[in-house]
Amino acid sequence: MAIDALELKLRPPELGLNPYPAKMITLASGEVMVVREAKREEVGVLLGTVFPLIGVPADYYDIVAARMYEELLGWYRYRTANEFVLVGAINGVIAGIVNSRSVDHKLGMSLHTLTIKRGLRVGAQLFAAKMENHIEYQGADEVHIVAESPNGWKRWMIEYELEDRSHLYPGVRHELGGVPTFTLTRKLWDAVKASKCTGTRPVPPEILATSKKLSMPTEYTQIPGFKR
Amino acid sequence: MTARVGIVGVGHTRFGNSSEYDLADVMAYAATDALIDAGILEQRHEVDQVFVANMASGIFCHQTSVASSLVSRMDMEPVPAELIENGPASGASAVKVAYMAIASGMADVVLVVGGEIMRKLTGWEATDTVATMLHTEAEYNMGLTLPSFGGMFARLYMDKYGCTERDLALIAVKDHDNGALNQYAHVQGTCTIDAIHDNVTASVVNNYVAEPLRMYSTCPVTDGAAALVLVNMDSPKAALFKKKAVRIAGVGSATDTHCVHNRKDPLLLDAVRIAGEKAYKMAGIGPKDISFAELHDAFVILELAISEEVGFFDRGKSYLAVRKGETTIHGSLPINPSGGLKSKGHPVGATGVSQVVELVRQLRGEVEEGRQVRDPKYGMSVNFGGFGNNVVAIICAKD
Repeated sequence: MAIDALELKLRPPELGLNPYPAKMITLASGEVMVVREAKREEVGVLLGTVFPLIGVPADYYDIVAARMYEELLGWYRYRTANEFVLVGAINGVIAGIVNSRSVDHKLGMSLHTLTIKRGLRVGAQLFAAKMENHIEYQGADEVHIVAESPNGWKRWMIEYELEDRSHLYPGVRHELGGVPTFTLTRKLWDAVKASKCTGTRPVPPEILATSKKLSMPTEYTQIPGFKR
Repeated sequence: MTARVGIVGVGHTRFGNSSEYDLADVMAYAATDALIDAGILEQRHEVDQVFVANMASGIFCHQTSVASSLVSRMDMEPVPAELIENGPASGASAVKVAYMAIASGMADVVLVVGGEIMRKLTGWEATDTVATMLHTEAEYNMGLTLPSFGGMFARLYMDKYGCTERDLALIAVKDHDNGALNQYAHVQGTCTIDAIHDNVTASVVNNYVAEPLRMYSTCPVTDGAAALVLVNMDSPKAALFKKKAVRIAGVGSATDTHCVHNRKDPLLLDAVRIAGEKAYKMAGIGPKDISFAELHDAFVILELAISEEVGFFDRGKSYLAVRKGETTIHGSLPINPSGGLKSKGHPVGATGVSQVVELVRQLRGEVEEGRQVRDPKYGMSVNFGGFGNNVVAIICAKD
């Protein structure tokens, strides 16, 4: 894309985010999931992974997938400020995706958590990684979080005992639709991170190499009989 | 002479999340499955009695009178139907009452259906609902829940006998190996001992629920239903059925103190022991005759404790058998070949019926490849309610 004067005017100002170091987690099944930052040039495989779920209304996959699809495009085309995308991959196959953005150096705005491979707490691990990135690596003091699905509510608002800050933002609240806004503070994070966030670093080169080339899942438990 | 009672039909839904469905509909799926298996779907009015096992649909689903509701769903009016509620042992209690109805001569054919929809609520709310079976003042109001009892029981057992968290994890691995092959199981995935115990990341991947019990020491919150068709094997109606009956050889049940602190030793599950002894006596056999067992492992520690109370292993030694692999599908005494409550799931009102469905399928030789017990003669189930205060043991035989 030619970055002309007009394009520069359209792009948001960027803070310049710190890198998130890759880690690996052995899931209950024994499979090793590498969690790492997605690269902008990987947007195609990410979009291809998300797209089939736009048609799945169960558990609000449709809303989450549609919004994440838009946010990935916004990230790729420089229409969302300070966004980062983390991906969980098992032998290179995408098991889950999370994305988020920094409003400023002290405030994170959590966007979405999309679990592809279910039943192994992939979403829980990736959500924790997203919070880890905001607070431990970007230096945020708070992260605003909303839930679109009941499962999200159970996972984040209840398990993390998030603070309801809705009354502080009666007009705007979270960027996602103005729904009730909950907040993970550094204090809350420090209280839960040992039990919620895990992973080993550095990832051995041979393990990291398995996630070098990401691939789309060939099956979705959310879509019986799926064929790509 | 008391009538011989057999099981001629079994039905089961895929356990998991059925929270979008009506409880009576889910039970009707299992009931239809059982009637088809028995070969009497078209002649379902030959059923003399329906017993429905359910623990708490009034709270879980804001729905009551599910027994008569089910009969109507099944277009089986005017067959009489009653609800049996005995906590998480409701299912086996319903089988017991059905046995009594046939043995007494009041009925020749009985349909037993157990079902529960728990996932309309959050896990926390479901745990709270199950905890309403505890003593209101002495336990529930003190904040006790079933997982907390399980945790305390596990800690006491581990301290007394030397069992470790790794031993508990080995039970989970075994149960998930079996459940992964069970078409009806809630969690159809395996887990590895490295991932849930040995690995440095295991403490988060397999987080504490009620220390020392972890997520993989605890059953999931599950929806589902299971059903059985019982028949008087000596009645002319027995000729209606297409499959040979699996005989109910023994039934035993017992009650222990409501408050756990009133027991002489909280590690002794007297109701389990007595229920087992009654079932053995009725069947005319002993623990060594049992080919496999379905034990109520809502928390994996209970698999150990129950297996000792019913005489499979000496007290405090069962975990050593687990270490040696004796309770795996190819071991000397397979326990929970279905995956147990841990992997198959625990829709409280359905569990006791589901356990007996597994006994029948194993004895018929009809389970999925890879989890068939070799040449079974007797299967035993133990359904456990409260924290051991109401227990039903059932022994089925392949004659």
